[in-house]
Amino acid sequence: MDLEKLATNFQQKINEEIKIEPKDWMPDAYRKTNIRQISQHAHSEIVGMLPEGNWITRAPSLKRKAILLAKIQDEAGHGLYLYSAAETLGISREEMLEQLHTGKAKYSSIFNYPSLTWADMGAIGWLVDGAAIVNQIILCRTSYGPYSRAMIRICKEESFHQRQGFEILWVLSQGTKEQKAMCQDAINRWWWPSLMMFGPKDDESPNTAQSLAWKIKIKTNDELRQQFVDMIAEQVKVLGMTLPDPNLKWNTKKLHYDFGEINWQEFWNVVNGNGPCNKQRLNARIKAHKDGAWVREAASAYAAKKNQPQSKVA
Amino acid sequence: MSKQHASVTNEHKINYILYLADSTLILSHRNSEWCGHAPIIEQDIALTNIALDLLGQARSFYQYAATLIGNNVTEDSLAYLRIENEYKNLLLTELPNDDWANTILKQFYFSVYQYYLYQQLLNNSDEQIVAIANKAIKEVVYHVRWSGEWVVRLGDGTAESHQRMKNAIENLKNYIGEMFIAADFETALQIDVNNIQQQWQEKVNATFAEATLPLPENIFNHTGGKNGVHTEYLGYILTEMQYLQRTYPNAVW
Repeated sequence: MDLEKLATNFQQKINEEIKIEPKDWMPDAYRKTNIRQISQHAHSEIVGMLPEGNWITRAPSLKRKAILLAKIQDEAGHGLYLYSAAETLGISREEMLEQLHTGKAKYSSIFNYPSLTWADMGAIGWLVDGAAIVNQIILCRTSYGPYSRAMIRICKEESFHQRQGFEILWVLSQGTKEQKAMCQDAINRWWWPSLMMFGPKDDESPNTAQSLAWKIKIKTNDELRQQFVDMIAEQVKVLGMTLPDPNLKWNTKKLHYDFGEINWQEFWNVVNGNGPCNKQRLNARIKAHKDGAWVREAASAYAAKKNQPQSKVA
Repeated sequence: MSKQHASVTNEHKINYILYLADSTLILSHRNSEWCGHAPIIEQDIALTNIALDLLGQARSFYQYAATLIGNNVTEDSLAYLRIENEYKNLLLTELPNDDWANTILKQFYFSVYQYYLYQQLLNNSDEQIVAIANKAIKEVVYHVRWSGEWVVRLGDGTAESHQRMKNAIENLKNYIGEMFIAADFETALQIDVNNIQQQWQEKVNATFAEATLPLPENIFNHTGGKNGVHTEYLGYILTEMQYLQRTYPNAVW
């Protein structure tokens, strides 16, 4: 079949909502975009373990500690499925990790912010996982089969994560004066970065048009961001807290919340490596990988020995 | 006279349960320090899972101890509001993780001990202890298998991993004996530590043989943990763990 015909067939499948599977023909750029997006997503899960891991040993009760450990373990599991989904496109986990460690591949910038108090565990669950879910529910319908199936599984666990985050904040909001202040402070610090998680505005997002045509993306960054704002603006009332945006107001004509301008300079600064924790996060990942090299080597050496046929040993 | 005897027995029982709770909590704490930093994601998940299992066991023991103590004591007040010399955990469990080999060997020693101990506890006269041991032993079977496989893999892997295992054996050798030296509360509860030791030694010998590793020699037994005399490390663990409860007394989380 000639290339043109393959491309037409491919687009037709996309239009008919038939999933693209690993052995199907696909345009190189589609493959590349998916590798970039899925591996970035996998890296985000793994790097995302760090800000929350920061509070495991200091969790304020045994029950909270158990929930937090289980949640972070889920994230490691998500990273694992996503690396596997990306591997179906012909890249190895080792290569992806290499790209993460050299800075060639990105991860979600949100994890370059510090987790400073216990209330951050609540805010991360409610706002960061909340924003992630808005994105991911849509991604369950993405055109690449293995990615779509990984997202369906992940979404089930993420909605539990968001609820536990909200519950942490809810308990703080009912607590002492100090706990209430801790709660509001965490919301203030995580609100704007969580809006940035949806990426640049549509008119400044160069990949959006092609990704929409290939149904890698189903909705635009701004549409998803608006959906998130509308949801959180209501939920924050239940906590008796506020969002740090004087321009946040229900628009009776649009039937959506209006909100203030995101600080895009900060966004690009963090993307380009100047967030509060970029170096710390990446160094932690590189150190874990380097320190673990001898362990992985030993495991392979042992497996190789065991797989050796008996006659060779004798 | 008989009343006094009963209360002594109850105190021994509480101390024994706290010993079990503290040892599992502190090792869980150490394992949880690896979360996000292990050599490969699959093993990060496995070790975090063990940390969670141990934490779950600790909670069951603390909850039971709390009902025996009364006075509004809870699992959290036991974990978060006791000081170093009230903690009864084995010294082995509070030692720093060091590298993966040391972490694995610590876990293996402790899990094998737990396995034979819990087997014995299945015949205890206290129903609650039996119930906890019965649930936990299923988890411990996996911990023994997981850590034992790693002991073999590292011992018989590369020259470097073999050497690191030998270093770990040397590091930990003086903290084994404490498991098998009965504290008063163990004697009072008629725990047969000699029987546990014998079975423990057989399992360790067999695993080390498969791993081509030497057994530790010239052992000196550091003790004290069971009676609240610890290494310097425990103070830091508790400082970190108890920080929020100490900073904001009586707050609900």
